[in-house]
Amino acid sequence: MKRFSCGEVVELTPAYLDDGLDEPVRLLLEEHLVCCRECGRDLDQFRTVIGALGALPPEPPEGLREDVRDRLMSAFRGRKGH
Amino acid sequence: MVAFAGGTLPPDDVVVAALRAGDEAMFATLLDAWSRGMLRLARSYVSTGESAQEVVQDAWLAVIEGIDGFEGRSSVKTWVHRILINTAKKRSAREERAVPWSSVFERGEGAATGLPGAADGAEPPPAFWKRFSAVRPTPEDEALASEVREQIAEALAGLPVRQRVVITLRDVEGCTSEEVCEILDISTANQRVLLHRARSWVRERMKAYLETVGRPD
Ligand SMILES: [Zn+2]
Repeated sequence: MKRFSCGEVVELTPAYLDDGLDEPVRLLLEEHLVCCRECGRDLDQFRTVIGALGALPPEPPEGLREDVRDRLMSAFRGRKGH
Repeated sequence: MVAFAGGTLPPDDVVVAALRAGDEAMFATLLDAWSRGMLRLARSYVSTGESAQEVVQDAWLAVIEGIDGFEGRSSVKTWVHRILINTAKKRSAREERAVPWSSVFERGEGAATGLPGAADGAEPPPAFWKRFSAVRPTPEDEALASEVREQIAEALAGLPVRQRVVITLRDVEGCTSEEVCEILDISTANQRVLLHRARSWVRERMKAYLETVGRPD
């Protein structure tokens, strides 16, 4: 059975992280990750980055300004036909 | 951000019917679910928090205006975010005309360090984005140390606009790749390239932190 080189894994990483690999290719890649510390670490780091980005607090923390929200609510109320 | 993932919203046909019927509670639900994410996105294009508020306001006004004509060719969320991006782009073009270019943008930060794809770096990172790093800690995000958050914010600040918007939509706001492609009108392949460049850049900038949390050798 075919084995992936580190270079091939690097090349496939964007698609792998984007759930864009077909099952057999994904399994081959994961097989490589099990035995290659270097590539395994790279993938771990990407996952940590993705997790950290997902944990960012809202910016701005206060969200939509109150007066803007009020204006939008009244614009919605006043839209034509209602 | 949780609400942005869409888990709590009713199906699109219900949402659209309610909006058309003038259901204020439904409109308020969407406003509260998506506006924070929209502000963050708007901020990638415009120079101040004030401008971002106006962009989001104008986008919602266009949604109110357009809901009767909405044809359902995309999801409501995608449609609203397309409107947001287009509104933000127009606003940003106006700002660029109004303000001397060199005072708004930091030139070639990416190109200088050679990291975030200088190839598509036609849009240099706005300097104001740096202010993003002044995030205020709140109890619920203690999980992510403030130092790490600042590193991430600075890394995002160094990205070209297109990469920053893609990584923000995907990894910060939790959109799917299909949604991102539709919102930004780009191909799957293009989305993936932009996303991976952006992630690689952030990873590079967080290297020191990542080494400490990595597997022991
Ligand atoms: Zn390897």
